[in-house]
Amino acid sequence: MDVRVEIQTNGVAVIALDGRLDLLSAVTVKERLGKEVLAGNMRLVVDLGAVTFIDSSGLGALIGGLKAARQAGGDLRIARATNQALVVLKLTSLDRVLRPFASVEEAVAGY
Amino acid sequence: MVSNETAMPPPLEPVVLDNGPTRWLDRFFTPGTENRERLRHAVLRVLVAANLILGFYYISWRYTSSINWAVWPLSLALLAGETYSYIDAWFFGLCIWRLKRRSGAGPPPVDATVDVFITCYNEPIDLVRRTARAAKRMRYPHKTYILDDGSTPAMRQMAEEEDVGYIVRSEDWKGRNRHAKAGNISNALLQTDGEFILFLDADQVPHPHCVDRILGYFKDPQMALVQTPQVFYNVPKGDPFNSQAPLFYGPIQQGKDGWNAAFFCGSNAMIRREALMMSGVRRYVWELERRVHRALRAAHKLLADARKQPAETSPPHVRQALSVLQLAVGGAQEALRRGVPIQEVTWRFQGIARDISGRLVREDLSRIYAELADIPGIDAGDAADLQASLSGLLDDGESLAALTSRQSSPLAAIEAVRSLLLAVDVDREDEAQPIMPMSTISVTEDMATAMRLHATGWRSAYHHEALVFGLAPEDLRTALQQRLRWAQGTMQVMLRENPLLIHGLSWGQKLMYFATGWTYLSGFFSLVYLASPVLYLFFGILPVRALSNDFFWHLLPFLIVNQLMFVVVGWGKTTWRGQQYSLALFPLWITAVISACENVWFGKKLGFVVTPKTRPGGGITYYGLVRTQIITMIILALAAFWGLARLALGVTDDGWPILINVLWIAYDLVMLSAVLDAAAFQPYQDFEPEPPPAPFPLPDLAASS
Repeated sequence: MDVRVEIQTNGVAVIALDGRLDLLSAVTVKERLGKEVLAGNMRLVVDLGAVTFIDSSGLGALIGGLKAARQAGGDLRIARATNQALVVLKLTSLDRVLRPFASVEEAVAGY
Repeated sequence: MVSNETAMPPPLEPVVLDNGPTRWLDRFFTPGTENRERLRHAVLRVLVAANLILGFYYISWRYTSSINWAVWPLSLALLAGETYSYIDAWFFGLCIWRLKRRSGAGPPPVDATVDVFITCYNEPIDLVRRTARAAKRMRYPHKTYILDDGSTPAMRQMAEEEDVGYIVRSEDWKGRNRHAKAGNISNALLQTDGEFILFLDADQVPHPHCVDRILGYFKDPQMALVQTPQVFYNVPKGDPFNSQAPLFYGPIQQGKDGWNAAFFCGSNAMIRREALMMSGVRRYVWELERRVHRALRAAHKLLADARKQPAETSPPHVRQALSVLQLAVGGAQEALRRGVPIQEVTWRFQGIARDISGRLVREDLSRIYAELADIPGIDAGDAADLQASLSGLLDDGESLAALTSRQSSPLAAIEAVRSLLLAVDVDREDEAQPIMPMSTISVTEDMATAMRLHATGWRSAYHHEALVFGLAPEDLRTALQQRLRWAQGTMQVMLRENPLLIHGLSWGQKLMYFATGWTYLSGFFSLVYLASPVLYLFFGILPVRALSNDFFWHLLPFLIVNQLMFVVVGWGKTTWRGQQYSLALFPLWITAVISACENVWFGKKLGFVVTPKTRPGGGITYYGLVRTQIITMIILALAAFWGLARLALGVTDDGWPILINVLWIAYDLVMLSAVLDAAAFQPYQDFEPEPPPAPFPLPDLAASS
């Protein structure tokens, strides 16, 4: 799992994940999201465009990040979910909590 | 830190179990070749069908032509008891009908990752050490973890010495509900990464081939759970506390397995992580939705009430704020109905609310908090506290009602609404983890968790082979507490998540889960069964119109076939203890049902059996714990004596009814006597039980298919 963070001009941190977001990488990703929030970047957009596979543990990491962000007064949004990710979101009904934005720009726009 | 045995295990040697039975009847009924299995199953089905038909023959006769209306309260009570038992016979019959004998899992997948969780809470270090060593010794590559809920330095040191992983609760759990074992496991799940998890209790020593034997089931991608039987190595001859439960860890589990409803017992079982996590995420969404809806409804009511208050208490700008906020609440409700994600709705609403109340409230904070603070369940010292207490209210309908039914100033109402909606944030501030993979609705978290897995389409298997060896309670007190907890937990599940109403379960699964709860209701009907002969012998009250030939011809065939069925179902095992205990523990079942109802409906804490020990000469006996049963036995014996004496003295000539009732009492006495044995039982002082030396041969399940 490769993680790249880019802070946009409006202070939103775009976190691009690359690889499998699954039980093996979930702990790392959750910690990484928490670290961003601690560093003061509490408005997060997670770019899932290059995530080849996501499972429920991966979703758990995103929810963990969401918790951290909300507690700091921020938020976490997800963008560019692949078909597989959309299926998992639907299957767990997590799409009723998180809106999968089609692009990073759309996700950033509302902040 | 973590043991990871990477050496390739040698191939499994097929071992033929050859201490088989020799009598022809035994050969016929004991598990063996496939043909014999089929025949046995056919015989069982015939017996099940005959049992239900004869039962119907009896119960319909009871309904139509034998109720003694002269003593209708007792007659109807007895009829209710008999109906209960007949329905129970249906549940048992349905279960056995689908009895599934699996012939083994086949070879395990080669590249699966396995975690072994040993859950412990202040057990003796050396006991856990033995488990850890055996767990580490298992052949299939895996990581072993000790989940130490007691978090003691000695346990940590032992884990280091044995080179196994050691997990305690994370910081997040400080000051929050720990949810006992369910919390312990949920905590560890978020710190580990194996695809499959083998659950072991602190005392459970696994066979070196344990993982090899069951992992193969998970080649089915829908397989979520494999349960193995609980086997105890410290149970003395006669099994005084009915620990082995041979009917349950055998025909009943195999029957449930046939309906894809194998019962998860919390340990000596393996679970697919993805199934647990998915269930946890779904649960998170479901609870969040419920909380948001509740908060919005409460907010709506608060605001509506505040607007009704006289104009002098609320200046125009406050009234305006109230109406803007009310619009926002309505807008949020509407958005949720349209399917806008919760995250977006709460984010937007919180923005508006923060804006409005921030402007209005700042100057009045302390007065407002004081006003809110006298609502039950709220501790509104400052903003953060208020939010946390309101968050708690969202799970507690009563206090939430108290909040909304109360008159407060418009300003306080605005602040309450704002905090309420902040409290219902997506982060589950009140819980240590937003996601709880293990269900927390019951003290038997295992049953509730598995039911959720089944409801979401996952499959389960019961693997009937002794692979894990543990310790059973060695005194009556512990045994009773354990049974009480199981019964209470099951009733909590029944009351909180009635399996009959759970969307996603097949009707077979619903009935199998419901049947588990149904059996625990037996205590109430046992009262009727115990009281009936006493009432007849002392007072001549007979709830059946005639104890004549007619009665016999209706009941006897049913009783005979019923016993025959149990003989075949439990062939070669002693199921007698189980039958005894289901009647003998009637006070415990009643306590369990009542306390679970009080817990679920009125929030009362679950109590435990507490009775002082008596110490006659050295050994400890536990007659005090079974006082009710002893008194019952005395009354029964007196009634029998009275009846027989009247017959002998020629006071009455109702020979048959008296004899039948005396026989009935004799049966009850034999059943109840189980608790006397158990109360008097003394663990052997010089008996230090050892788990079977490993590796011991396992029968080759696959060879028989």
